[in-house]
Amino acid sequence: MAAVQDTIDQVKAIDVDQYKYGFSTELEVDKAPIGLSEDIVRLISAKKNEPEWMLEWRLDAYRRWLTMREPEWARLDYPKIDFNEIYYYAAPKMNAAPQTLDDVDPAILETYKKLGIPLREQEILAGVQTSKVAVDAVFDSVSVATTFKAELAKAGVIFCSISEAMREHPDLVRKYLGTVVPVTDNYYATLNCAVFTDGSFVYIPKGVRCPMELSTYFRINERNTGQFERTLIIAEEGSYVSYLEGCTAPQRDENQLHAAVVELITHDDAEIKYSTVQNWYPGDKDGKGGIYNFVTKRGDCRGKNSKISWTQVETGSAITWKYPSCILRGEGSRGEFYSIAVSNGRQQVDSGTKMIHLGKNTTSRIISKGISAGHSQNTYRGQVSAHRKATNARNFTNCDSLLIGDQCGAHTVPYMEANNASAIFEHEATTSKISEDQMFYCQQRGLDAEEATALIVNGFVKDVLQQLPMEFAVEAQKLISISLEGSVG
Amino acid sequence: MSAVTIIRSKTEQAILALFAKHKDQLQGQGSFGSQRAKAFASFEQTGLPHRRIEAWHYTDLRSLLREAPPLAAKPASHVVQRAAEKNWSTDQIDATRLMLVNGFYDESISSFTMPQGVKVTDVYKALSDPSSKNFHDHIGQATQSSDPLIELNTAFMNGGVVIEIASGTKLDKPLELRCLVEGIDPVSMHARILVIAGDDTEFTLIESHQGPDALSYQVNNVVELFLGNNAHVHHVRLNQSGNYAVDLSTLAAVVGAETSFNTFHMVNKPGIARHQVFVKMQGEGAHLSVNGVNMLNGTQHADTTLAIDHAAPACTSRELFKTILDAQATGVFQGKIMVKQIAQKTDGKMMSQAVLLSDDAKMNNKPELEIFADDVVCGHGATCGALDEDLLFYLMARGLPKAEAEALMLAAFAGEAIETVENEDLRAILEAVVGDWLGQRAHHVE
Repeated sequence: MAAVQDTIDQVKAIDVDQYKYGFSTELEVDKAPIGLSEDIVRLISAKKNEPEWMLEWRLDAYRRWLTMREPEWARLDYPKIDFNEIYYYAAPKMNAAPQTLDDVDPAILETYKKLGIPLREQEILAGVQTSKVAVDAVFDSVSVATTFKAELAKAGVIFCSISEAMREHPDLVRKYLGTVVPVTDNYYATLNCAVFTDGSFVYIPKGVRCPMELSTYFRINERNTGQFERTLIIAEEGSYVSYLEGCTAPQRDENQLHAAVVELITHDDAEIKYSTVQNWYPGDKDGKGGIYNFVTKRGDCRGKNSKISWTQVETGSAITWKYPSCILRGEGSRGEFYSIAVSNGRQQVDSGTKMIHLGKNTTSRIISKGISAGHSQNTYRGQVSAHRKATNARNFTNCDSLLIGDQCGAHTVPYMEANNASAIFEHEATTSKISEDQMFYCQQRGLDAEEATALIVNGFVKDVLQQLPMEFAVEAQKLISISLEGSVG
Repeated sequence: MSAVTIIRSKTEQAILALFAKHKDQLQGQGSFGSQRAKAFASFEQTGLPHRRIEAWHYTDLRSLLREAPPLAAKPASHVVQRAAEKNWSTDQIDATRLMLVNGFYDESISSFTMPQGVKVTDVYKALSDPSSKNFHDHIGQATQSSDPLIELNTAFMNGGVVIEIASGTKLDKPLELRCLVEGIDPVSMHARILVIAGDDTEFTLIESHQGPDALSYQVNNVVELFLGNNAHVHHVRLNQSGNYAVDLSTLAAVVGAETSFNTFHMVNKPGIARHQVFVKMQGEGAHLSVNGVNMLNGTQHADTTLAIDHAAPACTSRELFKTILDAQATGVFQGKIMVKQIAQKTDGKMMSQAVLLSDDAKMNNKPELEIFADDVVCGHGATCGALDEDLLFYLMARGLPKAEAEALMLAAFAGEAIETVENEDLRAILEAVVGDWLGQRAHHVE
């Protein structure tokens, strides 16, 4: 069955030539010299006023990175990246660290306004939005503003840029940084360790339910720069936080590199919900320009009954190489992964998840929907494994994909490794799972088969999208009614 | 940078030595000699496949193969005589039989006459006989991929059989290819079997493998099947190699238009087994069914790897694999369905199910899809788990002892795949093999 017209129209509406965030902002910038060397690493560390141990950590990572090779196993095809043609540090010129928003360059504030990200608290409060979102705005290599810090501090929540955390809360950073994604985890993660410039740090103390949604908005603005951010979120026993991440970049002919690392840690009974709407510039319709997105995201459920949930809507980037994963270490912990990846133009997506079951009674759920159109390639790559001691581990995986047009490709590469008998893994990649009962019910009420399928499948996709917090739902709205009739596994 | 030194395992060194020793004595020195050398050069470059090679991630031959036993020689007459006296689980089937002893075809103990339309040629002779045109035209043509097992087979091949089935031939009796390993010293064998079937043919091909227990011999057979248009072909492979054997096998098939091809394989004995199935559906409207049952115990390791290439429109493919794992056994299933852009209206469905009976058993599943056409229905599923406790309880509550209740459930589990075999007698034999395996296990459990 081929895709229905509705779906085709909706995917067209977000095609690569419809990219809305492609403007750039003219600013005076403070840039490090082009290229990568130990001196650049030292320079970044110095710019950030980092403690000595941090510099050592970076240099160690850099030396290790030099001995590593780029991974080539993904179904991605792109010219070799010249790591010496990239600026590793670019920051808008500011007199000193901005104390209030008034110190921030109005052009930057204007940029965020254009993107629909409010940074002034009074504006947010005066606005029509009913719920509050605290935002950490990262512009190229630096965090320019973090809102609602005072209010969050009242609840004991620490929400700041990671550079600030290194200065203000060095013990926490030192205790957790690099414990989920080790320095030598992979080529891009190691590079990130050496040159990361900013990112967000979140610490939720014991028993606290974070009073508002936290979010980081990443914007790449400068030419030829790479963005290397690092996010670290720690949820202490019994706490809860919902964190959102958004990203855009100007329309340029060159490819820009984005290599981030995100580490999540949950202790007993804690929960982190991490949502992403990734909308980096995807390149033009001939595949010129666009962001290379090589991201390592991993959560570690350390405590009993803890939970980490990843939700992602991926529409941007020329290349996406991203596998948000969960290490289910604590007894009874749970990992979830919900993803919708839409590729258009010449985009290439190789994305999925890993669920590593180590503890007893751990459960995981993977729902992935891939839609490819144009000349794009969309691959789901996922791994589910149960350790010998992970008795009663349970996983359910469902990944569907849909092709629009005959020039694109959809691929599924799941790996399932069961090392004990009580682990139950189920993987399915078909749409035939729509129950006949539901179909019968709908058809009995006068819907034809296609309408009925659309209704049921849409209900299902909505389920995924509803995992997104309200504030992001708007961006994801365009995709909401995409139906998946004619899906293939 | 200093020059790259290739570090070779002991087994790889032994394989290199074997080739150096035998390459001038193997059959077909002339034009085939260069094919051999080319295949071996390619193997030499890659070495034995290991876990860093994606297709071999779960079956690391470099560490699994501890030795490279000498090549099997053409069997002496007393060996052939002993081979003729063997009992086979397929004895009750009325079939035309072709016998391979240690990888060499032996006419004297094969069926006396071949049915009309069937021509059999010994690969040993064909290799050095340029007039065996069909053999030389077809060899290596069923598979384009540079697979290390096929390369190794091409390099060392010295025996096997070519079966040509003329267009329009409909066989009422199955053809059975019996591959026997006989001897007391470990040897390695690389037989090549070519089946070239014309249009409108109908036949059943049984492949039975048997060998001595407690002997660590190695088999690396390659079967190439060329099926014309509108043919109906059934193929069943029954692997009862010895318990210490390493059994590597490749089935490469090219399927013509409107042809239906059904292949089934069962593994229950060899210590290490890998069965590769590469099928190219190159004619429109073909139907393919690939199924199998693996029953593993002890420290057995069995790998089933499929690559189904939909290269023509409107073909259907169905794959169903069942794996039962006990003790410290390891099961691997890798299945890939590729749908080319031209292959619109493809209908593909793949299922792999595994039951783990022991906490020390391992199952690795990797069902893959690679799709370039937009108007297709393709799906795959994979499940993995223990026996359902509720069902077990239900049966035991009705008075069945645990072992019997388990056996009943497992027989039903395997039975679903066996049902795809059309020939009733063959089905009965396969069910009996399952029954025996379960019986032995029950005995063990109690």
